[in-house]
Amino acid sequence: MAMAAVETSVDQVWAWLADVPDPEIPVISVVDLGIVREVAIDGDECVVTITPTYSGCPAMQVIAEDVAQALHARGLERVRIATRLSPAWTTDWMSEAGKAALSNYGIAPPVQQVIDISGLQKGVKRHAIRPPEVACPHCGSMHTRLTSQFGSTPCKALYQCLDCREPFDYFKCH
Amino acid sequence: MDAEKFAQFKFDYLLRQGDNALILSQQLSQLCGKGPALEEDMALTNVALDLLGQTRMWLGYAAELEGQGRDEDRLAYLRDTRDFRNVLLVEQPNGDYAQTMVRQFFFDTWHYFLMRGLLASSDKRIGEIAEKSIKEVTYHLRRSGDLVVRLGDGTDVSHAKMQAAVDELWTYAGEVFLYDEVDQAMQAQGVAPDPELLRTAFLNHVAEVFEEATLTMPSPDSYMQRGGKQGRHSERLGYVLAEMQFLQRAYPGVEW
Repeated sequence: MAMAAVETSVDQVWAWLADVPDPEIPVISVVDLGIVREVAIDGDECVVTITPTYSGCPAMQVIAEDVAQALHARGLERVRIATRLSPAWTTDWMSEAGKAALSNYGIAPPVQQVIDISGLQKGVKRHAIRPPEVACPHCGSMHTRLTSQFGSTPCKALYQCLDCREPFDYFKCH
Repeated sequence: MDAEKFAQFKFDYLLRQGDNALILSQQLSQLCGKGPALEEDMALTNVALDLLGQTRMWLGYAAELEGQGRDEDRLAYLRDTRDFRNVLLVEQPNGDYAQTMVRQFFFDTWHYFLMRGLLASSDKRIGEIAEKSIKEVTYHLRRSGDLVVRLGDGTDVSHAKMQAAVDELWTYAGEVFLYDEVDQAMQAQGVAPDPELLRTAFLNHVAEVFEEATLTMPSPDSYMQRGGKQGRHSERLGYVLAEMQFLQRAYPGVEW
């Protein structure tokens, strides 16, 4: 009986966290982004384990504070935020709902599983590795080109649509 | 080797990783708002930000291991030049864009293979930092390699500038492979990878990219500058630190 109560609480915490937006891209929650790795309840303390997206991401501090604040607002008094480096965050952990929200917001979501873009694979010439083909989030055209590997934040690349001519951000595979 | 000596060496090894990332990050940050194009400006500062994040992981771990009550900020802001352990390559001036990118390409290539080697480190925490860093470093390397090709195989002017930068900076590219007693102790305990494997991978990749970029690679056996890893730096590092550390020196203990 006691176990069941704890299980419900963990689920409840996950549901609450699903309402905490990413500070940089507010249309996607920290859960959809894959930043929250674990929720545990230890006695009267709730421990939320998060993982950084990029090691220099300045939003991590804000995310930790937002998570703690959201849980305090729900009546949890003792909240501890732990961070975990390994396994390293990957865009493969982004939910389908999160990807759809990104696209509606004007940011093209990551299009494929993580690939090795270093150009260091055996037998593959560097220039043979093309940047991923990304659909324009504005008009849907696949006729787009990479303009820069780095966009307004480290997690994004800059693309331009060659049909509607709009520039857009692409959330890189990571 | 006794445990105390080994702990001192490991602390030094972590400082080297952290200081390389920190000094290069600081230098790239100085280009913020001065990049030759908006996209380049953003890319430079993004790389600087990645490196700063990696610095925090390395120096944070170093401070914990040392156990003297210092933290990552005190290590970054309150050490003087002789206590910095970065290689001479990263303290070379930004120069023109050819120099900025050649310095970056040499660093990224070595950094990528080092992180790959450190994934298998016998030190779990180092392995985790490498696992986190390598994804970022992969993008850095992809970008700097692309630019070396575009500028090297570009106009006569860009080609000449790139070749001059290569010839100028080559002598600083080899320090990372010159293992001293710190590196040897780390390698012996499985903390760090074999320098010969790193060097071979580095030379192969540089040769491949230079061929595409129509650049001439200087001799791998030429004399290589050394000293940074042991704290013997060029005058320039003092100026970099003067700017980076000014706030903490002028207003000790100030926080955001």
